[in-house]
Amino acid sequence: MSGAALVSAPLVGVLALQGDVREHVAALTAAGARAQPVRRPAELAEVDGLVVPGGESTTMAKLAARFGMLAPLRAAVRAGLPVYGSCAGMIMLADTVLDAPADQETIGGLDVTVRRNAFGRQVDSFETEVVIAGLDGPPVHAVFIRAPWVEEAGPGVEVLGRVEGGPADGKIVAVRQGRLVATSFHPELTGDPRVHALFVELVRAARARDLSSDGAGAGVGGGGGELLRE
Amino acid sequence: MTQHASESTETTPGTGTQRVKRGMAEQLKGGVIMDVVTPEQARIAEDAGAVAVMALERVPADIRAQGGIARMSDPDMIESIIGAVSIPVMAKARIGHFVEAQVLQALGVDYIDESEVLTPADEAHHIAKSAFTVPFVCGATDLGEALRRIAEGAAMIRSKGEAGTGNVVEATRHMRQIRGDIKRLSTLDETELFVAAKELRAPHDLVVEVARRGALPVVLFTAGGIATPADAAMMMQLGAQGVFVGSGIFKSGDPAQRAAAIVQATTFFDDPQVIAKVSRGLGEPMVGINVSTLPESERYATRGW
Repeated sequence: MSGAALVSAPLVGVLALQGDVREHVAALTAAGARAQPVRRPAELAEVDGLVVPGGESTTMAKLAARFGMLAPLRAAVRAGLPVYGSCAGMIMLADTVLDAPADQETIGGLDVTVRRNAFGRQVDSFETEVVIAGLDGPPVHAVFIRAPWVEEAGPGVEVLGRVEGGPADGKIVAVRQGRLVATSFHPELTGDPRVHALFVELVRAARARDLSSDGAGAGVGGGGGELLRE
Repeated sequence: MTQHASESTETTPGTGTQRVKRGMAEQLKGGVIMDVVTPEQARIAEDAGAVAVMALERVPADIRAQGGIARMSDPDMIESIIGAVSIPVMAKARIGHFVEAQVLQALGVDYIDESEVLTPADEAHHIAKSAFTVPFVCGATDLGEALRRIAEGAAMIRSKGEAGTGNVVEATRHMRQIRGDIKRLSTLDETELFVAAKELRAPHDLVVEVARRGALPVVLFTAGGIATPADAAMMMQLGAQGVFVGSGIFKSGDPAQRAAAIVQATTFFDDPQVIAKVSRGLGEPMVGINVSTLPESERYATRGW
């Protein structure tokens, strides 16, 4: 493995089937990554990490299935590709989704049950402050748009943030499991790069680890959390 | 007497902000919003991959054919569509009809289209949209009109096109006009921007913002006459960030297949191979109207000011 590959900025894809792709590309760039849209399996194969953006999860799931992306995405997650999902992206990463059409497929990999549109309709969309574990500085200003929440998290899932106060007090809105990160809210809309920086750091650490383990690849889950704490 | 929006009784802090209104439109980008008149059509649209549906009683082609005054839809009908799908539901209010907008907000629609497709209720004023919790999308034919709507609180803009014609020519004109107006602004200096604001009849601060960003401060979709996957892809290549399809889907021979094809062509708008593939075997498109033969009084794009 070349030294140049280790020091260069990681290449992070943004799944560009539908949604606020441009905002994630900008946020990733601000967080020190190289970013590019990903719509095809060949583009997915090039990246060190992937963001599944905000958008409409039913639309993304259907387009992913129709264009042969669902199987490669699932395989990539199993092989240890770091993935961060915001809002619709959280739904796409969840193993179980509530309040979705019966046939809605997800990439899966994150051992959580997520409820779609959990906070209500658009008139209930809101912004508030959320404390995110592992982030320095003030709480994150979080924008929730017809957002999901995590109804149940499996034993291997680390809860990174909850809503404080209001009708949804205590609901889980940020999680991590190994190399998968998900938030109910949209850090890409506020100009605060800290959540993306956390993910880019995870991508960097995962890449370093995969390269040093002789290209054997990481096991499913488990590695990313430890890497971040190293 | 500036507050037309009804006061919400239990307000969660941070709802109805400019950021959540504009941010909602950001989530729709790259997607297709489809006109539907029944819960069954709404489900077909959702199955096809629509990012949202527009609930209305008659699609524009029927409004055109049947004439009369076109108004907000029956609340029962809107509620039945809200109940049928999990994707966002939009609905139309007449231009200037702030009470129709209050009703739609109370029904829980996710976005209101203050639309020229319905018969205007006010010949001078649009709805003061900032005061509402629900966000609004408005039509525009040029940059000045778009900025006037944004100043009133619109959180999303769509080109007007000429709805219900199945003819993309007016949507093309409006997309090119808006894009051209934005390009021109970016060449002007500080002094010239004051004159540009006067000429555009738009607030100076918004004109300066557009000149600096080289884009509108809100999401820009296209609408009015899109009938084929290639129409949708052309609008995306002209700078639209997403597509409204009205009569084009449910006035065609095979709505489910056409809807799915337009969704796919919107995502892969820059890939002619994909557009060719999805354009095959779609059956009859809607018949369409030659816009140049439409009398001025039957053109919807001239409604709104």
